[in-house]
Amino acid sequence: MAQHNPAVPTQHSPHLAHHFDTLEQQYDAANAGMWLFLATEIMLFGALFVAYAVYRFVYPETFFEASRHLAIPAESPWYLRSVFLGTINTTVLLVSSLTMALAVHAAQTGKRNRLVWLLLATMVLGTVFLGIKGLEYFLKYEEHLIPGPNFIFEQANRNQAQLFFLLYFIGTGLHAVHMVIGLGLLAYLVFQSRKGRFTPEWFTPVEMGGLYWHFVDVVWVFLFPLFYLIGLHE
Amino acid sequence: MEHHIIPLRTYFTIFGALLLLLGLTVGVAFLDLGPFSVVVALSIAFAKAILIVLFFMHVRYSSRLVQIFAATALLWFFFMISLTIADYMARSGDWPPSPDSGPLSLAEERRLW
Amino acid sequence: MSSISTPRPQDNFYHDEKYGFRPWLKSWLLTTDHKRIGILYMFAINFFFAIGGLLATGIRAELVTPAADMVNSEVYNRIFTSHGIIMIFFFLIPSIPATLGNFLIPLMIGAKDLAFPKLNLLSWYIFMLAGFFALYTLFTGGIDTGWTFYTPYSTTYANTGVIPMGIAIFIAGFSSILTGLNFIVTIHKMRAPGMTWFRMPLFVWSHYATSLIQVLGTPVLAMTVILLALERIFRIGIFDPQLGGDPVLFQHLFWFYSHPAVYIMLLPGMAIISELITCFSRKRIFGYKFVAFSSLAIAIFGFLVWGHHMFTSSQSVFAGMVFSLISFVVAVPSAIKVFNWTATMYKGRIYYEAPMLYALGFLGLFIIGGLTGLFLAATAMDVHLHDTYFVVAHFHYIMVGGTLMAYIGGLHFWWPKITGRMYSEIWGRISALVVFAGFNLAFFPQFILGQLGMPRRYSSYPEEFQIYHVLSSAGSSILAIGYALPVVYLLLSLKFGPKAPSNPWGATGLEWTTTSPPPTHNFDKTPVVTEEAYSYNPQDPGIFRAQGKW
Repeated sequence: MAQHNPAVPTQHSPHLAHHFDTLEQQYDAANAGMWLFLATEIMLFGALFVAYAVYRFVYPETFFEASRHLAIPAESPWYLRSVFLGTINTTVLLVSSLTMALAVHAAQTGKRNRLVWLLLATMVLGTVFLGIKGLEYFLKYEEHLIPGPNFIFEQANRNQAQLFFLLYFIGTGLHAVHMVIGLGLLAYLVFQSRKGRFTPEWFTPVEMGGLYWHFVDVVWVFLFPLFYLIGLHE
Repeated sequence: MEHHIIPLRTYFTIFGALLLLLGLTVGVAFLDLGPFSVVVALSIAFAKAILIVLFFMHVRYSSRLVQIFAATALLWFFFMISLTIADYMARSGDWPPSPDSGPLSLAEERRLW
Repeated sequence: MSSISTPRPQDNFYHDEKYGFRPWLKSWLLTTDHKRIGILYMFAINFFFAIGGLLATGIRAELVTPAADMVNSEVYNRIFTSHGIIMIFFFLIPSIPATLGNFLIPLMIGAKDLAFPKLNLLSWYIFMLAGFFALYTLFTGGIDTGWTFYTPYSTTYANTGVIPMGIAIFIAGFSSILTGLNFIVTIHKMRAPGMTWFRMPLFVWSHYATSLIQVLGTPVLAMTVILLALERIFRIGIFDPQLGGDPVLFQHLFWFYSHPAVYIMLLPGMAIISELITCFSRKRIFGYKFVAFSSLAIAIFGFLVWGHHMFTSSQSVFAGMVFSLISFVVAVPSAIKVFNWTATMYKGRIYYEAPMLYALGFLGLFIIGGLTGLFLAATAMDVHLHDTYFVVAHFHYIMVGGTLMAYIGGLHFWWPKITGRMYSEIWGRISALVVFAGFNLAFFPQFILGQLGMPRRYSSYPEEFQIYHVLSSAGSSILAIGYALPVVYLLLSLKFGPKAPSNPWGATGLEWTTTSPPPTHNFDKTPVVTEEAYSYNPQDPGIFRAQGKW
């Protein structure tokens, strides 16, 4: 265990920035900074959840109908229903979180090859998620459920249902944007870890990338029931 | 620099628990629990989130500082949503306006004043 | 290389002639030194202050006469909106943290730099990009929604640059978040040995509280601006009552950020005052822990009072009552600070140097601004005063009388540290008095105007109000002179001012133990702290009086 002793700076590590005394201090700073960043993300998505909560509180029946229509569109085969696609997607994302966690573990234990492959697996799963998400968006487009002049909804009040779908598209869309950014980060990590930049002593970027990826997963864990599952029961 | 290395077994256990909770939340969604369906859905979501945060994101083994940051963000989100929703819950009966009413006519507006 | 081992001469710290222009430019634009980034911010922010000030001149000139004769209402709307947005988002919010905070926090806690120096530089570039969008908006027709962007006006009716200004504010928010994040991590992780939490200068405590608001509040504004832009572009009803939305939801989200943002502006001002009053009273701060924790209390309670901006909207009476009560609570920590500053001066050995005059001005103006805030926090009173000049006067007393006084006072106080030169003390005192007098003349009549019922944001008004408006405009011209003076003598001091010693005020604090200006790594040796902050006593050596033609 490295001692926090400013009198004897560990000058030897090439990863230690000049303004830190020890790698420990540098890692703590990065970890704290990353968590503060995630706190801002919580508040960013939080504002959206507030809007959702308000409109769901004001228009409960419409949100029920709209969610039902989102999850189980009337005349579509079971494998194209959003409740199925969404469940698959949640599973995909949970698996990707597992591979990411294992990747951090591989970095921790210095298994470079395994790290690269696990990061690549995470990227593949992330891409699959985005693909399924794109398919869902396309189906909603065909069903005229994109908010705007062409929005059609007959089961309940059109305008109130439009609010539901609006929040759905902003929420999942912003989530997808975060996924794309995450894929970019992962690509960078793959590139760096192939070059052997990470060692058991220093793998902070892998860990920070992991935190980001898991956070995006957590957001989805809330989006999924709130949009897909509130109208399933009769 | 030393990190707590979580054994691989823990990761797989947590992953299994997450899959179980996912199945549970989808299954429960088909049952009519009345007002409790939201409570159940959100409780399961929070359980999943807590598992991910504590183990995949290592918060259980992180410094106190990181734990405080994570809790603070959640608390602040709670501030925002509770006070906003409190407003909507306490609003009087003529809000929201009925969906069919357009903007007020001039005569109606005069009458209100 | 000998240039590495020999210490660089002090006056070559900021401009090294022997390396030529391009390396000099590079040494500024690619710097990761918190001190240089602070100075970069200073240029940007003072530039925006000048623009906002020009716009204010437009407002006051128009209001000299009752009729809308200089500009019509449309143009007037754009002038006051631009004034508000530029001053709030591009001057007040970044003002003290990004300039003095950036420069001083690592120095005060004995660190070599902020925790994330590159992020710090990035935040400056992000700010400049945001500033570019803001200027673009100003030069392509401006914006006329009021700085609050209230829907449905901003989404449906306004045909001015809501989108580009929205982009500007969205981007500026990221700069603010990055600065706050950097400060929090720095204060947690970069303190020198012996610098415990309760040995930190209160400047650092206040900035910690400010950063908390920046990190937790600003993302909500970002989301609100996204929703606003989507609504404006696609007309999809999220804030449109005709499509089932609620415009008051916009106000909720907007004020959840924008009320705490008031404390982003004010807390750093309080940070400076704690330093100035102790130094020029030669006394320890009275009740250190109370002042420190009151900063945190303001940051926390400041998040729970946003609804007091919405008493006259469709917000429920119950919510209004709750928000009103908490608003009264938030006055308590502010009052604690004022009492403690006053008690600090009691039986102190007070020096009336220019920074101290600014600090005393702050105290007087902040008390008036704070107490009039209580009028507005009372629900019934607010129905009468809402959207009148009373509100305008109230928040100018806080923002200008509070934050701006503190900013200029702090700029004087640390000017020798930042530039290595002494400014002209006599002109400093004159400018402090001119600003104080001009400010009161400009804004006190507005309390009376508001009480008499003059609404804000109008270019014309009944004739009986003219006397107050003329007084106010006269005061603002005096105020303008008060602001122009420091620009002149501070800039002149760079060339003609006497060299500053490392501690011209006889102040405590680590920043005064290093040279003026400090070397790149701040301290030759990591300082070790052994005593509490503000260990002044009245027998301390006095103030350095610069000799020469000043």
